[in-house]
Amino acid sequence: MRDEIRYEAPSSLARAIELLGESGARVLAGGTDLLVQMRSGRATPRVFVDVKRIPETTRIDLGQSELWLGAAVPAAAVVEHAELARLWPGLVEAVDLIGSTQIQGRASVGGNLCNASPAADTTPALCAVSARCVIAGPRGQREVSAEQFTTGPGATVLGPGELLVGFRIPRPPARASDAYLRFIPRTEMDIAVVGAGVSVALDAAGRCTAARVALGAVAPTVLLVVDAASALVGSRGEEAAVTRAGVAASAAARPISDKRGTADYRRRIAAVLVRRAATAAFERARAGGSA
Amino acid sequence: MKLHVLTTVNGEATEFLCAPEQNLLEALRDELHLTGTKEGCATGDCGACSVILDGRLVCSCLVLAAEASGRSIETIEGVARGQELHPLQKKFLEHAALQCGVCTPGFIVAAKALLERNPDPSEEETRYWLAGNLCRCTGYDKIIRAVLDTAAELRGETR
Repeated sequence: MRDEIRYEAPSSLARAIELLGESGARVLAGGTDLLVQMRSGRATPRVFVDVKRIPETTRIDLGQSELWLGAAVPAAAVVEHAELARLWPGLVEAVDLIGSTQIQGRASVGGNLCNASPAADTTPALCAVSARCVIAGPRGQREVSAEQFTTGPGATVLGPGELLVGFRIPRPPARASDAYLRFIPRTEMDIAVVGAGVSVALDAAGRCTAARVALGAVAPTVLLVVDAASALVGSRGEEAAVTRAGVAASAAARPISDKRGTADYRRRIAAVLVRRAATAAFERARAGGSA
Repeated sequence: MKLHVLTTVNGEATEFLCAPEQNLLEALRDELHLTGTKEGCATGDCGACSVILDGRLVCSCLVLAAEASGRSIETIEGVARGQELHPLQKKFLEHAALQCGVCTPGFIVAAKALLERNPDPSEEETRYWLAGNLCRCTGYDKIIRAVLDTAAELRGETR
């Protein structure tokens, strides 16, 4: 007799980890990838571990020094949160680009990262804001940076029995902000040809003291482009500086050609998006950023 | 083994049996015989199966039926009050905002969720909110006009 398929909705992390140790166990967060994969036969879970009844995975907690964003919080809850949009406008605009209203009612930032699509919109935005991924497993908790979490298309650092619990995101200092832009051939509901997340922090004179630039859909995993960030540091976001950042991003991109665009096209778009996202991040930071 | 799920549908305590891998759309239609919610694509692209789950608009094809335990679901069957159609339903008829009708329950449920959050949406906001609802008959204009006209009526304006 074949094993029964089971649905479990644990209310604690400890129980979830225990269940995830079973053969064929899959995490169910928003289900917007998993149920589609089941439909096409790509996924055949034996144990559904619904993590939406666990307090840690479903909580948004904005503290003095950092944000806790539960991995299973639906996109709609992030988009509706006015403080998050003020502090991390780039991250929130990336979340708001995902799918339709219906999809945003369920899809989560944690699920977007764990699905590990190279074109995931929230991943470059998470990298730009220095998000740390908190992972719980049979041997306790550990943390990795957002740029280290995915290891290839559909592949992550999660080991057997491990679960992404949520994100720790440091509060931006005064005069700091972020932006995310993606290119798609229409205005809504498509997969990024290229995505670019940028964050900048400025001093009182408007000079950039720190920057992060991350690209999506131009490599097997998200790319954190240090050379592009270096081009911004020390500048006031002038045309020459943001253009240099774009050129550096283009040079770092290792895209493939597919139906959404050729490799050469993606490299060019990467430069344009980084230039524009950097300009937007500087404008927001000058306007006060999180201050 | 079937799961026994206790939930609330359109304000009424309801129970059903489902398989662990069964989705909410199937449970609504096949177990509860609430067939107003339609299956279009079954992959979350078309919005025909839109329902409200704990206050959020979702595709019921992307929710496991078992997840409904202890939660509250609103479907198209809960939109009219008895024989009295909801203003959105009246305006859809008035504007001829449907032809085959398969997408209509999803549009009504989604548009109702929009108007409850934003009583005065712009045309652009309305089009973006409803971008996850596909219609292959109307070309959308009549649907958008019906929704905006309903919003105006609910605000007490006459157009």
